[in-house]
Amino acid sequence: MSKIQESVIIRTVVRIMVPFIELFALYVIMHGASGPGGGFQGGVIFGAAIILYAMIYGIAEGKKKMSDSLDRILASAGLTIYAATGLACIVFGGMFLQYNAVPLLSDPALVSKYLIDLVEIGIGITVLAVMISLFFDVSPPESDVEEAKE
Amino acid sequence: MIWILDITMLFFLVICAIAAISIKDLLSAIIILSAYSLIMAIVWVEMHSVDVGFTEAAVGAGITTVLFIATLARTEGRSED
Repeated sequence: MSKIQESVIIRTVVRIMVPFIELFALYVIMHGASGPGGGFQGGVIFGAAIILYAMIYGIAEGKKKMSDSLDRILASAGLTIYAATGLACIVFGGMFLQYNAVPLLSDPALVSKYLIDLVEIGIGITVLAVMISLFFDVSPPESDVEEAKE
Repeated sequence: MIWILDITMLFFLVICAIAAISIKDLLSAIIILSAYSLIMAIVWVEMHSVDVGFTEAAVGAGITTVLFIATLARTEGRSED
């Protein structure tokens, strides 16, 4: 573990790759309605990018980018986006997640398209936060790793 | 459907499954399970189920492996039985 973390090649490659993995995750989330992919897969890929960063640069460094409180806020924010979109449809007289009931634009199909994207973004945010917190919870604390090395 | 590819992939799938449960070293078992997931993803895509294959590749071969290895770092790393 420590040998891998000290390698210059791996550190550089990870630093270069992480933004591209995140961009791919955003692509997967936004194209969930029209092609393969969706909120869950995109969220998992986004979480994997940050987990990769935390694996190579250390758990402490990863927690600086993605603290526990930010994790908790993101996990509940994504769920709130999902629920709010569904409840907004009820407020405008439709059923839960009946997108075309929302009178935002003149074309109901267009409203439905944008709201599906909104729901996917909510799912993605929740999945990414939960995946990262899962990794931080099961990974050994930094102090244990240091002791095992000695 | 490409029959020869299908048969080859399913054959590798069975080999990976048997190897994963019979090997004693847990780290090797995790790596073989990850290979199993990768082959499974190829089989899904080959069966025109791209969405499921995508999920299998992202979750099965990606996140699950990382979580298993992180858990393994806290335990002994060899199977008792």
